[in-house]
Amino acid sequence: MKILVPVKQVGVLDEDFELREDGRDVDPDYLEHELNEWDDFAWEEALRLHEEHGDDVEIIPLTVGPEEAEDGLRKCLAKGGERGIRVWDAAMEDSDPMAISRVIASVAEREQVDMVFAGTLASDHGFAQTGVSVAGHLGWSQAAVVSKLDYQPGAATAQLRRELEGGLEEVLTIQCPAVLTIQLGINEPRYASLRGIKQAKAKPIEELSHKDLGLSDDEVGVAGSASRVRRMYVPEKGQAELIEGTSAEQAQRVAEIIKQMQGEA
Amino acid sequence: MAEILVIAEQRRGELIGASLECIAAAVELKQQGDQSVAVCIIAPSPEIFVEQLSAAGVDEIITIKSAQAEFQADEFESTLLSLIGQRQPALVLTAHSIDAWGYAPALAIKGGFGYASDVFAMRYENNELIAIRAGYAEKVHVEVDFPGYDTVLLTVRGNTFKPVEASGSPQVNSFEAAPVSPRSSHEEYIEPESGGEVDITQAEFMLSIGRGISEEDNVEEFAELAESMGFTLGCSRPIADNGWLPKYRQVGQSGKTVSNCSVYLALGISGSVQHMAGMKHVANIIAINTDPEASIFNIARYGVVADIFDIAEELRNHFD
Repeated sequence: MKILVPVKQVGVLDEDFELREDGRDVDPDYLEHELNEWDDFAWEEALRLHEEHGDDVEIIPLTVGPEEAEDGLRKCLAKGGERGIRVWDAAMEDSDPMAISRVIASVAEREQVDMVFAGTLASDHGFAQTGVSVAGHLGWSQAAVVSKLDYQPGAATAQLRRELEGGLEEVLTIQCPAVLTIQLGINEPRYASLRGIKQAKAKPIEELSHKDLGLSDDEVGVAGSASRVRRMYVPEKGQAELIEGTSAEQAQRVAEIIKQMQGEA
Repeated sequence: MAEILVIAEQRRGELIGASLECIAAAVELKQQGDQSVAVCIIAPSPEIFVEQLSAAGVDEIITIKSAQAEFQADEFESTLLSLIGQRQPALVLTAHSIDAWGYAPALAIKGGFGYASDVFAMRYENNELIAIRAGYAEKVHVEVDFPGYDTVLLTVRGNTFKPVEASGSPQVNSFEAAPVSPRSSHEEYIEPESGGEVDITQAEFMLSIGRGISEEDNVEEFAELAESMGFTLGCSRPIADNGWLPKYRQVGQSGKTVSNCSVYLALGISGSVQHMAGMKHVANIIAINTDPEASIFNIARYGVVADIFDIAEELRNHFD
């Protein structure tokens, strides 16, 4: 059986940045990229099943993004798995999560995977949308914000916990195949070994376009999206009154403020 | 006349507070044009929520009796697809809640709706809906629109709209949807671990630690500092996930909201959206962080850009 794990390289803004000329995104020169933290937990969950069940469970990381996004796949492959998939072409620029999820669902169908483990959300735009949308495209069942998973590969159902508001959890039995969105803290993601990092460089990454997946031009990019960015801007923000000075001076001022507030309370 | 449909939510027989905020958002938007507001509630006994949902400005409440006692994604998707299909609202609003994360995107896909999540402002410009959300870890705002979509579904950020206090007298109608075979079943709830005497929702003074403390061995010195200051110790998610402090000390969306707090000292917490959901309302936030760009400084009253260990060491001299 196969588990597909879609992962994203999230954009982290430099301290100073400029917007793209069309004002709809940040100029890519001012973005650093790193693997989305949630996706690291989703991949770890897949790795554990693979370790437990050996070659019966194939795990495949997938990313939808330009060449630089390959780094995220290599990070995953450094910990395990034999191959990755990257989908991208010019028509996919400015895709929203709905368009991205259509691409992921098409890969899931092409690979005939049995489960999809996605991150609950990504730290850059926080959509909390892509994984559950994949289930929508596939017509599969789904569970969001999974904090514990009990699943035997090939089983008809999985038992899991969903983390709800305020620390409450829900125990759920779900029919498979399913898309699960994985929450932080479900496991402890391992570190890649130096050997693993070296080996990952040689692992094959299949590169696909939307056409390879049988998708038309209007199913990706802005045309295939459920929203369109009109403009991006830097909001006026509150700014704390900064306390300057040496550590001793800063601490003294903080202590004064606290004592005054405690006196008032 | 265009309709704004609000999807209200309940859990264990109690209305979700954020649903009332969604109603407020809908009523506010209603002022901007010829629109009506309908609110639907899916529950085993939906009629018990009618009074609470009858805010001034709501024109109609739609009660939908569910087969499932608690939220079930297939039932929500199928019921709402048929309701939205029948009524053709221009806009559908629901809270950006964990349950909404679990079905709303799939609903939008199946219905072919425009969609945006975690929206905190909406307006019409030339009859076109524009929604605003945040991006790049809250550092930018993003205006989105939905060209070509007759129905748009938005999930609305919590603590953004203030519930309408006045009540109205909406029509109440029921809606019946075809039964579905649910593909998941709710087994039970697991209550969060109790902190016994420690209840951070009641604490007036909080000292919270985050990733900046680096390692577990450093927890102790901050616990001691909190005690000497008369503060209750709290933390952000990574500290609880690592098991360095129990979950009942975690502040944030998946932890607790510090409802009674007047002074919040945040040490080494950069300020994720999820953490800030539990504490941004506090009047006196003092943030100490080495990163001058940390989001926490945008909501704090006082900020100190410094090493938390240096400041903590100096602070000890002031509280014995």
